[in-house]
Amino acid sequence: MNIVVCVKYVPDAQSERTFQESDNTVDRAAADGLLSELDEYAVEEALKIVEAAGEGEVTVVTVGPEAAADAIKKALQMGADKAVHVQDDAIHGSDAVGTSLVLAKAVEKVTDGSPELVLTGMSSTDGVMGVVPAMLAERLGLPQVTYASELTVGDGSVTIRRDGDTASETIEASLPALVSVTDQINEPRYPSFKGIMAAKKKPVETWSLADLGVDASDVGLEAAWTSVVAFAKRPPREQGQIVTDEGDGGTKLAEFLSAQKFL
Amino acid sequence: MAEVLVLADHAGGRLRKATAELLTLARRLGEPSAVHVGPGAETAQKTYAKYGAHKVYVVDDADAASYLVAPQAEILAAIIEKVSPAAVLIPSNAAGKEIAARLAVKTGSGMITDAVDVRAGDDGTPETTQSVFAGSYTVTAKVTTGTPIICVKPNSASIEAAPEDAALEPVEVSVSEAAKAARITDSQPKKATGRPELTEAAIVVSGGRGTGGDFGPVEEFADSLGAAVGASRAAVDAGWYPHSNQVGQTGKQVSPQLYVAAGISGAIQHRAGMQTSKTIVAVNKDEEAPIFELVDFGVVGDLFSVLPQATSEVRKRKG
Ligand SMILES: Cc1cc2nc3c(=O)[nH]c(=O)nc-3n(C[C@H](O)[C@H](O)[C@H](O)COP(=O)(O)OP(=O)(O)OC[C@H]3O[C@@H](n4cnc5c(N)ncnc54)[C@H](O)[C@@H]3O)c2cc1C
Ligand SMILES: Nc1ncnc2c1ncn2[C@@H]1O[C@H](COP(=O)(O)O)[C@@H](O)[C@H]1O
Repeated sequence: MNIVVCVKYVPDAQSERTFQESDNTVDRAAADGLLSELDEYAVEEALKIVEAAGEGEVTVVTVGPEAAADAIKKALQMGADKAVHVQDDAIHGSDAVGTSLVLAKAVEKVTDGSPELVLTGMSSTDGVMGVVPAMLAERLGLPQVTYASELTVGDGSVTIRRDGDTASETIEASLPALVSVTDQINEPRYPSFKGIMAAKKKPVETWSLADLGVDASDVGLEAAWTSVVAFAKRPPREQGQIVTDEGDGGTKLAEFLSAQKFL
Repeated sequence: MAEVLVLADHAGGRLRKATAELLTLARRLGEPSAVHVGPGAETAQKTYAKYGAHKVYVVDDADAASYLVAPQAEILAAIIEKVSPAAVLIPSNAAGKEIAARLAVKTGSGMITDAVDVRAGDDGTPETTQSVFAGSYTVTAKVTTGTPIICVKPNSASIEAAPEDAALEPVEVSVSEAAKAARITDSQPKKATGRPELTEAAIVVSGGRGTGGDFGPVEEFADSLGAAVGASRAAVDAGWYPHSNQVGQTGKQVSPQLYVAAGISGAIQHRAGMQTSKTIVAVNKDEEAPIFELVDFGVVGDLFSVLPQATSEVRKRKG
């Protein structure tokens, strides 16, 4: 089985994240970037499936700026076989709709139009929208099985388990399919020394929008179907009252709740 | 006045609170019409009427429930085509966002997720407020293309009654075979706890690694307040509490009136799920715990003595 994993390069959540004054887009230069932690689970799952089957290839695809090569590198070090990096200045400022268009074209091109299994993370750690997987499935015409906490690939079908709000569900879909995985599904491996060395020789293709036949006017900030009108830094929450328990901490807590009319 | 579609969130006709919230918000943009997919529209009609739905489009496709989000996106696309609404409001939960995502691609429309407020902007088209980057920024956004598709977080609006007819209008939509390619084959309902649902609750009390696996004091305090119970990922990973109760980046995003964190340090991934709560309270042994940066009220102390005392004091005061 050949698996395509979509991975995103994101600003580090631990560092200061901000917007660019010039065009209200996320300032991706201001923060250090890395492979979205939640996409490591998708890479790990793909590696496990291929290893268990004893055949197949894992291809990672990313749409992002030049620095996104770091995200690719990490995935290759973990063990992915090859990578595609879609990079084009015109993509800057794309919303999920635009990103999913480019990603869909890249997945189609790298699989010659017939993907078998496409894996994604549950959401990106910067946008946290969790919508690209559904858009990709819609664009690729694939059944969509999302938020998998367990994944089994069978003969011509996939089965997942997921933890819904009201029930724990088993979901089945025929292959080819698109599956998004949660951070419950596995424990992503750390790259080994061997993995790090091997990654240097793995093929990485860099494609532009023209390579994908995507019209530059269909993506990017100008083409985005939504726009940020304004943004404001929230005043940091003012620290409230902190008391140290001296045998009456619970009573003081209840008094606070009572004064705030919660009782 | 233009119609505004509200996709109902319901279980067999029992409407969730989010639906009434969306109907309330929709009135700011036009005339609300509910879209009810699945059985139970008659049961729900009274509630639709109470919260201002002029019409209810009913698609009673018995299959829809077992086929996840793709059929609902097709159904909404068909109704949009028919009535050209001014906007579509959808609950911002996992399924709602996916329905919106597919609908956006299908109809060539822009979509906004996780809105905490919606109103008519200067030109009359919808304008939203979102909270991003773990609550550190507030963003005002607009949809510029197509039919605005807006996912609104539960608990973002207080519900207000405004009775209308809520006339049921059956709609025939034939769902494609492709939309049925993914299917729920088994569903094990969660055990009912008698507590409110995490994302709907006005008060949430959460426990973390500091509970050492004993959620008793957390649950008892929650029950004294009529609250839902949440957990940090550390508590969930340790197997102390179900994953569906996890609050945070990879769990539920909650924004209750009151959030109580007990034995939780306040990691950024946890904050991402609770930072928009109106009032935040923490109980933690460590006065340096980052959670204290967020609180309106904090107790530096052992949760095993603070919570039980608070519980009995709350019960006493409530009488
Ligand atoms: C990709 C990713 C996604 C994640 N998603 C989430 C998520 O959705 N939700 C989430 O919560 N985390 C998430 N995390 C994990 C997060 O980074 C933290 O590890 C986690 O939140 C820590 O949980 P905790 O606060 O319960 O534990 P700790 O950080 O260990 O804190 C325990 C706290 O309890 C206090 N304590 C101990 N004993 C007592 C006592 N008797 N009385 C009072 N206080 C006591 C301690 O002082 C300490 O502050 C994620 C991490 C990653 C990498
Ligand atoms: N620019 C991108 N390049 C590659 N994959 C992406 C990109 N954006 C999103 N994805 C994939 O879609 C998932 C969900 O992203 P999002 O909808 O942005 O939360 C991520 O976990 C990735 O697997």
